[in-house]
Formats: sequence, structure tokens, C-alpha cells
Amino acid sequence: MKFRGKIIDIACLNHFSRVVTTIAKLTKTCVLRLTPDNLFFVLSGKVANGGVSMWCELSQGNFFDEYQMEGVSSEDNEICLELSPENLSRALKTVQNAKSVKVKLTKKHCPCVTVSAELPTLSSVSRVVTHDVPVEVIPRRLWHELKEPSVPDFHVSIYLPPLKTMKNVVDRMKNLSNFLVVEANLNGEMNLKIETDLVSVTTHFKDLGNPPWGGGSEGGADPEGMAEARVDIRRLQQFLMGQQVTPTKAMCNIVHQRILHLVVLHDDASLQYFIPAVA
Amino acid sequence: MQCVVTGGNVKVLAKAIHSLSRIGDELYVEPQQDGLALRSVNSSRSAYACFLFAPLFFSRYSLPNGHDFRCKMAIKSVQSVFRSLATLEKTVEKCHIELDEQKNRLTFTLHCKHGLLKTHNLSYQDSESLQAVFDKEGCGNVFRAQPRLLVDTVVHFPPSLEEVSVSVSDNRMWFRNHVDEEERSKAMVTELCLASDEFDHFAVHAHNSVTFCLKELRGLLVFAESTGLPISMYFDEPGSPVVLSVTDSVLEGNFVLATLSHDDHSFQKNNTKGAPTAPPPPLDDFMNDDMDPYLIAMDTSMAPGTPEASSALTVCSPPQTPAANHSTRLHCEEEEEEEEETVDSDRPPNKKFRSLFFGSVFPSQMSTQPLPDQDVLASDSEEDDS
Repeated sequence: MKFRGKIIDIACLNHFSRVVTTIAKLTKTCVLRLTPDNLFFVLSGKVANGGVSMWCELSQGNFFDEYQMEGVSSEDNEICLELSPENLSRALKTVQNAKSVKVKLTKKHCPCVTVSAELPTLSSVSRVVTHDVPVEVIPRRLWHELKEPSVPDFHVSIYLPPLKTMKNVVDRMKNLSNFLVVEANLNGEMNLKIETDLVSVTTHFKDLGNPPWGGGSEGGADPEGMAEARVDIRRLQQFLMGQQVTPTKAMCNIVHQRILHLVVLHDDASLQYFIPAVA
Repeated sequence: MQCVVTGGNVKVLAKAIHSLSRIGDELYVEPQQDGLALRSVNSSRSAYACFLFAPLFFSRYSLPNGHDFRCKMAIKSVQSVFRSLATLEKTVEKCHIELDEQKNRLTFTLHCKHGLLKTHNLSYQDSESLQAVFDKEGCGNVFRAQPRLLVDTVVHFPPSLEEVSVSVSDNRMWFRNHVDEEERSKAMVTELCLASDEFDHFAVHAHNSVTFCLKELRGLLVFAESTGLPISMYFDEPGSPVVLSVTDSVLEGNFVLATLSHDDHSFQKNNTKGAPTAPPPPLDDFMNDDMDPYLIAMDTSMAPGTPEASSALTVCSPPQTPAANHSTRLHCEEEEEEEEETVDSDRPPNKKFRSLFFGSVFPSQMSTQPLPDQDVLASDSEEDDS
């Protein structure tokens, strides 16, 4: 099991660090899955994390100037590591002005992902900083929990309004309630609602547009018909808070009363976030 | 006593008080023949800092008439005199510090632009002289660097980090965050390597590694960076204090910080092995490349050892000591330490020095641990011994 990657381009480094920071805002621990072509940050929906799951996919070629890995075996050419994205994010943030950054799997006092950077100096010798982020190697028998979540059989798929606007709305609603209802239809309309004994608040968005793959399984559904999911408002807030850059596309799929599936697409990275609906 | 500070020196004074506030809660003020001494010590007496402003620093400096005077006061109240550090330089033209012994008041008067006067009357308590015993000139390892270098170094460590270890070889210095044994598997370890030619002065006598609190270093950096003064660092073996100092023609600042100690055995080993010079072959390095030799060296920069006991700096209060002659004081300290060990704690302290001496016994380390480390900070341990 070997892994080594090198980033020279400062824009790539910056971008990678932003992605990791986004992940760090979403979860305390997650799994870093390395394959010859991709890096994945995975959180599988367990009760411990509120049933939330996450799938973030990066194409290594877009970030790394050099990338070599050797998986557990030639058939299972992958590495799965559990780590704290917060640590990784901190490590990357302090090396933003580095001449080059290497990310390696190492064996120190425990297995680590080592981020080492060559920092610019006035002297002839470079200054080197290393951050050893402790990781836990996930045995192969647990890999089945880390498969890409299948896109649910959603009832409605809709583009999201600017995430910043949405965040402002959700931040305010959070003061009033712990739960929020997201509802949307195939006519480009989405509502964010809270309902308590004292107050009901709804924010309406319209003309958002629906992705071309359209109306899910139930063909010929009423375009005005709303699919809804009632979710823990903190999960949605976390997701919105973590978004560091405006994505190319942001959309959400709703499986009526079951799942809110948020998808953020960048040129070279994608993030999916699944929030289970509560009754 | 009357002191007048003008122009840019007001900010220097303010920054000094600001960095002293990182050490302790009280400011000890002592006007001396050779200048105004401002000192502070932390509650566990593992960190001490002193600034001495020479009479030339002031545009006017006079001592109290006829007798020695020293006092202490809450450092927060003095800080509030110089609250807005940013605007201080632009608005304050002159600062008067005056002692009114009748009313037991120390008066700070800020003469600002447009004839604005701000007067702060601070009450004080009488105090003993606060004087740490240290001998920086006798230290084997001496370094001097521009503040920028150290600022760029500590920025890699999280603000929450308490202790940092510094190791040296003939031409390199390593900074590493100190991690408790039980947190080893979870905590991120950060290590930074500096080459000797980044320093203005780099003299290594023994390949040692010392661990001390980062907070106080950051405090001094605030001062050094704003005044642009290089920082000198002096240390010997683990357990004896590290001294960080800034010097200029009109001022001197010394920060004395306790370090963790190893027992003799590990110290010997550390010394003879020449810590980072003999790295084992890499275990799982993937590729050969230019940066790796450094990384490997860093892996082994901590030589194995069993931590045992910690001593820390000794702060004593000689009844009437003006400027300290540190080198003569050192051997007193050593005697003191030996004595302290045999002396029953109930006995009154030595007459000449009253030492607040502390230490602690570490749990012995498991021999199965692959990586050794030193583990308890002196600052946590004062209760154990007193």
C-alpha cells in the first residue's frame, strides 16, 4: 500500500485546500478513498452522524502534478483511510505559499498522511514543514460500506438558488426552529418552510429551472405537485456554510418524505450530500 | 519617580506591557538605577519575563527620592492605559508615568493630539523584588534570528497548541508540536526544519531538544516584530530554562521559560547520538526524491529516552538586588537546587534566596512504546511539590 502525490501549481493547491476545508465543515471524520484516477472523501450514512452521507469526488489529474499509488492488491487497487478532514485542512492551509507540497502515506508513530511542503526562503536551503495527519487504514472487509451511493429514485430535481442567498434564509430560520421543510416541484419552484406552534415562515423561490433529466420515476407527474423533505436544519446549514466557492452547478433532488439529495458540481470536483428526512 | 516617554517609544512600552500580559496577571514595576524594570511571572512560576528600559529610553527619568521602591499591579489595568495599540502611535505624543506615594497611586498621563490629556490613576501593592535566576551567557546553544523567521515558523502551529519542542543539530533547528502520550494516535504532528543560514547567529554546543510553552514565545514575538528587534535564544539541556531575549541600546527584554526535562540517561544518549544525524532507512517511502532526506532526519530527531522529572526555573526574591549579575547567581541556583531536594518542606526557606521551586515525577514510560517522548510540562506541575 503506497501513495504519494505532489502539487506544484499554487492554484491547484489552493483549490485542493478549499475542497478539504469544505469537507471539514461537513464532518469531523470521513474516509479518504484513493484510486489510481480519483480521490474520494466519503461519509456513509450511519446513525452516529445523523444518517447523513457524503460523497466527494476529485479527479487526481486536476490537482496533482505527480500521483502514484499502489493499492492493497492489484485486483483491489485502492486505499481507504479514515481521517479528520479538519487536520488535513489545517495542514494544507499553512502551506499555501509553498514551492511544492507532497502528500504521502507514511508510517510514523501510527499510519499517517504526511503533508510536507518546501517553503520559500532567502537562504540556499529550503525550509521544510511536515504535518503528519494520523489516519486509520480501513480493512477491505469494510469497503462495501464505502461504495458510491446510488442516485435515489427522486420525485423532483431542481436547480438551487445562489447558495449564499439560501444560507442567509436558512441561518435566520434556524433561530426559529430545528427542522426545515424543503419542497420543490417540476415547475422550477422551491420553498423553504418552517412551522412551529407560534409561527410559520416560508421563503418562495421560483424560476429556478429543473435539470433535463426531469421528473424522476413517476412519469407524467403533475408539474405543480410538490415533493417535500423535512430535515434537521443544522445539517442543511452545515452544508451551506461549507461552500467556499460558487459552484458551476448546484441542485437538489427530493425523494418525497425520505431524502434530500444535494449536488454541487465544480469543473474538477463534485460533492453529493444526502440528508435523511425526518417525520 | 517620574518617567517621560515620547514619540515611538510609547508604542514600544505599550507592546512590552502587552507581551508581559501573555505571561502573568500582575506587572511588577521597579525603578532602578540602570532603568525601569517591568516584570511578570506566571502563576505556576514556569515562565518569567522582564523588560529593562534604560534611562536613555526616556526623555526624562528620575528615581524615587531616598529609598528603593517596587510595586505590583494588575497587568490588565496597565494594558487598558494603552488599549488601542493601533492608534496609539498616531495620537499619543507623550506619556508621563509618575508615582504618588502619598496616595499610593501610579499615574499614567497620555498627552494626545489637540491637547487632549488622558490620565489613569492606578493603585498598586508593595511587593518584593521579582528576579528569576538564569544565566543566558553560560548556555551552550545560542541562536539569533530576525523576528520574521520565528513568526513564519509558529504560524504553522495551531493557536491551541500549548508546547513546542525545539531540537538542534550542527546546522539545523527543528520545531515540533509536543503531543501528550495518550493523544499520540489522534493528534496531528507538525514539524518544521530551519537551516542554520536562516539565522543571524547559530552556535550549537550540544544536540539537545527542549520543550517549552508556545504562548510566551508568541508574546515576545508580538514585541519583537513591532520593534523589528532580532530575537536571541539560549538553552542548554532539557530541564533548564530557555531564555529568549531582545536587546537594543536602550532596552533589554528577557523571557525565561521552563522546559521539560529528561533524566540523565536519555540526555547522555541524546548527546552522544547526535540526534538527527543517523537516520534509519525509510520504512515505506515511496519514491526517492530531494526532500526525503530531511523528512527522514526529522523522524528520528527525537532520540529515545525515558522522561522522569521536571525542574523549572527558579524565581527568587533577593531582598535588595538591583540589576542582576546573572553569571554569579547561577551557582547559587545550583546549590539551591541540591539543597531543595534534601530539605524538609516544612523548614523555612533558605535565608538568602527564597525559591519557588517546583517539579514533578512523571510516570515511567512503557518500554513497548516505539517513539519516546518527554511528557509533562513543568507549568502543570507546581502543586505536586509545594
